[in-house]
Amino acid sequence: MTTTAPLGTEAQTGPPAAGAAGRRRGTPRRTRTTPGAGFLFVLPFLLVFGLFMVWPIVQGLWMSFTDSSLALRDTSFVGFDNYAEALGDPDVWSSLGNTVVFTVISSVPLVLIALAMALLVHSGLAGQWAWRLAFFAPYLLPVTVVTLIWTWLYQPDLGLGNQLLTTFGLEPVGWLSDESVAMWSVAALTVWWTIGFNFLLYLAALQSLPPTFDEAAALDGAGAWRRLWSVTLPQLRRTTVLVAMLQVLASLKVFDQIYILTKGGPNGSTRPVLEYVYDVGFTGYRLGYASAISYLFFALVIVVSLVQLRLFRQED
Amino acid sequence: MSATATTVRTRRRPPRETAGAPLLLGHGRLPRVLAGAALAVLAALWLVPFLWAIVTSAQSEKDVSTPGLSPFKGAFTLDAYQRILERGNVSVWAFNSFLIAALVTLITVVVSTLAAYGFSRGTFRGRRALLAVTVAAIMIPPQLLVVPLFEQMLLFNLVDTYAAVILPQVVAPMMVFILKRFFDGIPKELEEAARIDGAREFRVFRSIVLPLSRPIVAAVAIFVFIGAWNNFMWPFIVTNDPDLMTLPVGLATVKDAYGIQYAQSMASALLAALPLIVFFLLFQRRIVNSVATTGLGGS
Repeated sequence: MTTTAPLGTEAQTGPPAAGAAGRRRGTPRRTRTTPGAGFLFVLPFLLVFGLFMVWPIVQGLWMSFTDSSLALRDTSFVGFDNYAEALGDPDVWSSLGNTVVFTVISSVPLVLIALAMALLVHSGLAGQWAWRLAFFAPYLLPVTVVTLIWTWLYQPDLGLGNQLLTTFGLEPVGWLSDESVAMWSVAALTVWWTIGFNFLLYLAALQSLPPTFDEAAALDGAGAWRRLWSVTLPQLRRTTVLVAMLQVLASLKVFDQIYILTKGGPNGSTRPVLEYVYDVGFTGYRLGYASAISYLFFALVIVVSLVQLRLFRQED
Repeated sequence: MSATATTVRTRRRPPRETAGAPLLLGHGRLPRVLAGAALAVLAALWLVPFLWAIVTSAQSEKDVSTPGLSPFKGAFTLDAYQRILERGNVSVWAFNSFLIAALVTLITVVVSTLAAYGFSRGTFRGRRALLAVTVAAIMIPPQLLVVPLFEQMLLFNLVDTYAAVILPQVVAPMMVFILKRFFDGIPKELEEAARIDGAREFRVFRSIVLPLSRPIVAAVAIFVFIGAWNNFMWPFIVTNDPDLMTLPVGLATVKDAYGIQYAQSMASALLAALPLIVFFLLFQRRIVNSVATTGLGGS
């Protein structure tokens, strides 16, 4: 890849800043910068990028067309068989469905509650660092710690959840054992655990808003609610778009907490698609089939992000 | 760096009757009380799991298994902590987690800052195409790579080594992109002066660009460290030897083994939580600001 292209060539194609470089073209000093400079800086990254990103992507795509397995070393090309099988596999569809349900019921509160938290913290009440710590601290915890704590909260007889319910004379709930409740329990854990990041994004956005509009509206006699709806929230639009998009992509990729908390149960009701990939590949040893499912899923993720981009662009 | 912090401080105590009244709240007393109450309820909801875990961890297993809502059913004891530390695994895993996260951070930061500088100032052919590929790679979910990466580790004979846990984690296209954007914003005049004085590219990078970029490099380091410390899926798949496991993986393997011993399981959770909570308390302002500086926040 090393090249002998002179610096001047680059200046024409470079970013806006290249204008400055163009002006410098006359000075003889410029020749101190070796032609093709900078490649050595990028080289270490290209090396790890090629090895641990490009190679596995290509390798995975190839594997998805083979019957590659952890148990048998020789593999043969099977064409689109894996993909055809995946499309007809009810477990693929149910785990995809679970992933979508999880994404919806986790993303909505993760955006809305984070926004509420940031607005309240930003509203100027005392104790900034304490609120920040309270909301952000869970985000710092390793996933296993989070699930250990929530396994205990969800414990059927002694956990806080059911202790509270029975104290108020209500029926205890099968937080992790009831098929219709388990996914909500997982979502509650996830909201508690990860909301800190969205909260910080909103808080940073609020702090960088120029106060002028708000002041002007207040001078015009706009009340607090009016200013929130007509001034602050519209100004937060771009942040909301960003937070929502990042959140949907993150939620689609759920695996860790569900795997540790419920192993996908009860009865597969919380198993997301990535856990199915894991089960097929590492428990069932069918790496080729697992690859095909992950590539189908990746295609879905790309479609979702394109749709999101379009939706938000159109609104603008 | 302190710009945001100052904003917070000045907004906290605004002059009563001026236009810069805090958001959401008017001048009246009631909205203030309502907002405070809402905030307190939310904060309580977020703190209760911690408090419940702390209380549970400081009791005997026998007292924990007595039903009842009262926080302390029996005497206060650090028995659970003692047992866990005696068993020794948690400290090995914490050490592994720390070592792995530190090495991932170090390598990632070095590799990414160099690459970002190369992409920002470089003049080699194919630079724009390579940058485009790097940016596109941000979209790729790491989980997609798990199966082929595992095959690759088998091929290199690296399964159950530190290298296998660390190496695939040092590829951070997002961080390269964030750093490159920051470098792009540094005026080039400074470098020109150095170049005219005869400085080589690496010298320019090290003694001019890097010192100017401390906040962003720190921000990147913090996020890479937290990410590596908390990473579960990849270390879980590539390690089987308990002596090589990280904290999240190790705790997950014994989660079921603890069975009904909730005091011990809460004690281990809290021990594992402690380092990053301390980390946050130390770097709080920097973490909050880094979200803003990385360009993720704001407009």
